[in-house]
Amino acid sequence: MNTQAAINGIQSHHKYPPGDLAIWIFILAELLVFAVFFAAYAFARMNNVELFNQYQLTLDRNSALINTVALLTSSYFVVQGVMRIREGDNRACAAWIWAAVGMGMLFIVVKMAEFSHHFSQGVSLSTNSFYMFYLSLTFFHFMHVLMGMIILAVVAWKARQGLYSRDEHTGVETGASYWHMVDLVWLILFPLVYVMR
Amino acid sequence: MNYQSQSVAKLYFIAAIGLFVGQILFGVILGLQYVIGDFLFPEIPFNVARMVHTNLLIVWLLFGFMGAAYFLVPEEAERELHSPLLAKVMFWIFLVAGALTILGYLLVPYAGLAQMTGNDLLPTMGREFLEQPTITKIGIVIVALAFLYNIGMTILKGRKTAISLVLLIGLLGLALLFLFAFYNPDNLVKDKFYWWWVVHLWVEGVWELILGSILAFVLIKTTGVDREVIEKWLYVIIAMTLITGIIGTGHHYYWIGTPEYWQWWGSIFSAMEPIPFFMMTVFAFNMVNRRRRNHPNKAALLWALGTAVMAFLGAGVWGFLHTLAPVNYYTHGSQITAAHGHMAFYGAYVMIVLAMISYAMPLMRGRKVAGSNRSQTVEMWSFWLMTVSMVFITLFLTAAGVLQTYLQRYSDEPLPFMVVQDKIEIFYWLREVAGVVFLIGLILYVISFFVGNSDPEAGGGVEESA
Repeated sequence: MNTQAAINGIQSHHKYPPGDLAIWIFILAELLVFAVFFAAYAFARMNNVELFNQYQLTLDRNSALINTVALLTSSYFVVQGVMRIREGDNRACAAWIWAAVGMGMLFIVVKMAEFSHHFSQGVSLSTNSFYMFYLSLTFFHFMHVLMGMIILAVVAWKARQGLYSRDEHTGVETGASYWHMVDLVWLILFPLVYVMR
Repeated sequence: MNYQSQSVAKLYFIAAIGLFVGQILFGVILGLQYVIGDFLFPEIPFNVARMVHTNLLIVWLLFGFMGAAYFLVPEEAERELHSPLLAKVMFWIFLVAGALTILGYLLVPYAGLAQMTGNDLLPTMGREFLEQPTITKIGIVIVALAFLYNIGMTILKGRKTAISLVLLIGLLGLALLFLFAFYNPDNLVKDKFYWWWVVHLWVEGVWELILGSILAFVLIKTTGVDREVIEKWLYVIIAMTLITGIIGTGHHYYWIGTPEYWQWWGSIFSAMEPIPFFMMTVFAFNMVNRRRRNHPNKAALLWALGTAVMAFLGAGVWGFLHTLAPVNYYTHGSQITAAHGHMAFYGAYVMIVLAMISYAMPLMRGRKVAGSNRSQTVEMWSFWLMTVSMVFITLFLTAAGVLQTYLQRYSDEPLPFMVVQDKIEIFYWLREVAGVVFLIGLILYVISFFVGNSDPEAGGGVEESA
């Protein structure tokens, strides 16, 4: 019954891309900025492979892995939230989205611990090009996680107020799309900066 | 015109156009001084002419922005201006202070002007674009505060729209960032670092918000497209502007003694600065294609579309040309910078002010919707003359800049500055010709206000509904 309702919901909202078109323009622009940043990283690394390999070892891969899981889980929660609102269930939608915000919070805490570890060792943007990229990329992404959390919190709050419905929930899809972008960027950033050698 | 107090904008617009004419006259003098070095020397030396040219530009654009705000805000807020009297008083204070400052530049040696105006007490003079005596700067702050109070109160008491809020944020940012004009540290690196907060964060930050909101206003009025659609675009555009523009300031920090990471930050973020301008182009044409009516004020729409295209070319494309650190290493401070500066200022800020004037002036002069066909025809001629000649000014300066960069900095046997200047003289002559055509276009623009005033309105005075 529930599944059927969900399928009906999906069929009745067969709209692509989901959410507001404006957020997609924004998402594409943001992805472009990150793409250029990643390309710059690759370019700088190419000229300095040893230095990058050496300092990459000082990063905490376990924290980064925890954060990867946190973001992936949060995206799953967001998907659940979207499914619930497609059935018209505002309360369940709000609960799932809040859970996603919670996972975002976990990311923030772990990331801040990482930053404070590096800062306590005197690492700064001027230490070397590897740290310059590591700090810039992760901080820029960090700000996006915060931004995404704010957007999701607004969505969750509006859902709790019953402001969405089975027929009209563009806002939920908009917030979800943005959050998936934040997640996607991390899925490139994590292997690129922390793992690949 | 829906509200009586909107008419204070007229004063501001007339002053803006007057100062614009002054700016271009000095531009033509300057252009000639590039090839005839002692032209008008010692009465108007090159450095003074340049200072007047750039300062007049900034001042007339400020008049234009203020006029635009005084016209736009009451209409958006759906109420009369908080205090039309204050707006008038501030106009005269600003105009007199501005005129005295320009006369000071022209009549007194700069060092003497500094002494006369008590620069010793709070030294702020002597920096490019911020040459104004300290007392003039204080005057600007007072005028800006009174202006913001007036606009802010009007918005607070009335309907709050995305357009007026974005405009207010832009104007607030403009005033706050100007305060860095008073910060003048001994450390030259710090001095330059914060100097750019005024110069860059104005034109590549908060002014873009002003541009976006005025453009959105003119488009709502002339196309009749839903406010909701236009506001959504406005939000996306300003978000991108701020994301790229704020850290994009770094492209001025490459060679002034700041840490090396600015070369990366500046290159990456400023390379993205064309995006919001491109969005603005797509936005403007999209709205016009979806228009619900054909507004009789064709000239205003032409300026609005023109600004969307020329801002993208001048600020976006010509900015990108030399924004990456490895490129800028060679092109820094060459004629390529001048080419970019000319087209960017014209495309983004001159044209948006003229679009607003074009839309508002007929209404303030008693027309229902638009000026007569004859006056619009003359105005559109001036549009094409000024815009095409600006394209040529930019192309000639770019050619001069590319040659200059190669001969002076890149070739195997680099030549001295002045030798190179002689070699690229032909481009300076061509630029001067284009500059004269621009002046003719501007004269035509002024004439358009005096033509066809007794003719009937274009489009038979269709009732305005937006």
